[in-house]
Amino acid sequence: MRRFSNTILTGLPMLLWALSALADTDGVFDEYRAMFGDENPAIFVIDEGEELWLTAAGPKAVTLENCDLGLGPGVVEGAYAQLPRYFQDAQRVQDLESRLEYCMIHLQGRSAADIHARPYSLRGDLGTEMEALVAWIAEQSRGLPIAPGQAHVQERNAYALGESLFYYRAGPHDFSCATCHGQSGKRIRLQALPDLTGHDGAAEAYSSWPAYRISQGLVRTMGWRMRDCFRQQRMPELIMGSEASVALQTYLAVNAAGAAMAAPGLKR
Amino acid sequence: MASRIRIRAQLKGDECEVKALMRHPMETGLRKDQLGDPIPARFIEEVTVSHNGSTVLAAFWGAAVSANPFLGTRLQGGPVGDTVNVSWRDNLGETGEGETKIR
Amino acid sequence: MKILTLTLTLFLLTHSAVAQDAADALRSSMADKNFVTLERIDRDALQELCSKPRTAAIDPEAAASIRQAALESVPEPGNADYLGDWARGEAIASNGRGLQYSDNPDQANGGNCYACHQLDPDELAYGTLGPSLAGYGARGQSPAMLQYTWAKLWNTHAYNVCSHMPRFGAAGILTEQQLRDVMAFLFAPESPVNRNLTP
Repeated sequence: MRRFSNTILTGLPMLLWALSALADTDGVFDEYRAMFGDENPAIFVIDEGEELWLTAAGPKAVTLENCDLGLGPGVVEGAYAQLPRYFQDAQRVQDLESRLEYCMIHLQGRSAADIHARPYSLRGDLGTEMEALVAWIAEQSRGLPIAPGQAHVQERNAYALGESLFYYRAGPHDFSCATCHGQSGKRIRLQALPDLTGHDGAAEAYSSWPAYRISQGLVRTMGWRMRDCFRQQRMPELIMGSEASVALQTYLAVNAAGAAMAAPGLKR
Repeated sequence: MASRIRIRAQLKGDECEVKALMRHPMETGLRKDQLGDPIPARFIEEVTVSHNGSTVLAAFWGAAVSANPFLGTRLQGGPVGDTVNVSWRDNLGETGEGETKIR
Repeated sequence: MKILTLTLTLFLLTHSAVAQDAADALRSSMADKNFVTLERIDRDALQELCSKPRTAAIDPEAAASIRQAALESVPEPGNADYLGDWARGEAIASNGRGLQYSDNPDQANGGNCYACHQLDPDELAYGTLGPSLAGYGARGQSPAMLQYTWAKLWNTHAYNVCSHMPRFGAAGILTEQQLRDVMAFLFAPESPVNRNLTP
């Protein structure tokens, strides 16, 4: 009798440990996140972003302080939470990266070719200007409800296009976004997969990007994440701020609408 | 040439909170590359935090610390405007440094 | 009746218009990278049919014809020799590289089976997008079971139309030899997949 209960006692912790690793990955990773507390290395990138906003650049030697992110020239607080949206001057729905590109070109006189030469950091880089600006601007929407524009017909078209792209199966593996993100309670290896077709999953995903990616030592944007998804889907390279990128972000943001922004987030 | 460390020092009450982000691959020497050849060990061995030139923290690290280490520490007092410096040296003799004023 | 036809036509036109928009949007939103080109945006009939939510119905006739075409197109391995080397099969199941623009095109592709399936019951790092395959060898090695499994690996749509599992044989992701090795990983009594089966 005694030996039997000893076996159970020694076996139980092993079983619980194994189960916690198997069942839902959240338990193990929540503990890991809790160890960080409020610390997020993104604080440095956020500071750099603010500096860049206030620094004169380009042939016109002008800062970005008059850039209109949708709430009026120079209004940064709350702007990220209301993107993507239609911009009259650009005549298209834009996400933050394409909007910043627009301001860099029209206010500062910089060239699209230069901006797209290095759209995202490579491993070992210290970070791009765009990543720093996105980190700082997203921080200024922390706690505010996600509220992308849907009043304009082009905004609604972007949503429809995003939804269509979400289910678009292609490439040698026949993958679509829905392959991984079209149902709840699934994981790939040990990485939990949010269901992006519903509010909760979309909110969890959209509210936490941009994010400091620990494994890369860099702040990564929502646009970058989608580009990397397409790479893993065996598809070609998604261009920063492109129509498809903006449409997919619109689809996510609308599905997530109402949830509070919590970016820059912290990810593995 | 010394690599840059991003550093921030903030006075909160009577404590100064120092946070530093170092850029370093922290290779253990046990990993292999895609061709199967071992990647040489390259990790920070010594970290020094100093306040107005005096060492206030000395850390001795090894391969167990992850890439791009994020260090946080709290110093007693130190008025706004004082200098805080963080530096590291790795097993290959490379160095990194960063300096800021307490805000 | 006329109104119904008109409504239906308009619906089909706008629906296919959005679908066409998706392909066009991708073509203007993507760039070739290394060996991966915009050609991958073009879909075949199966991909077009299956570009829909999992819960959306498929036309039964279209599904039947896809299933039949898939089944008929599965080539049998030389000498009906289905089983290769399970240790190589295990390596293929654990290898997630191949056909991404970040991969080396001179290296063999992996199957990445562990991304979606449990296989060796002692391996904790497995996905749940597909059913567990632990103990697969318990099904035995009858010709029917070998042929069924081979066809599933070659082109899953032979049995499950619009499944999200890649067409490992038909799409050229894995070679015939690699597939035989994966078969061995699944079926061989000494394979780790079957380690918990009582002999």
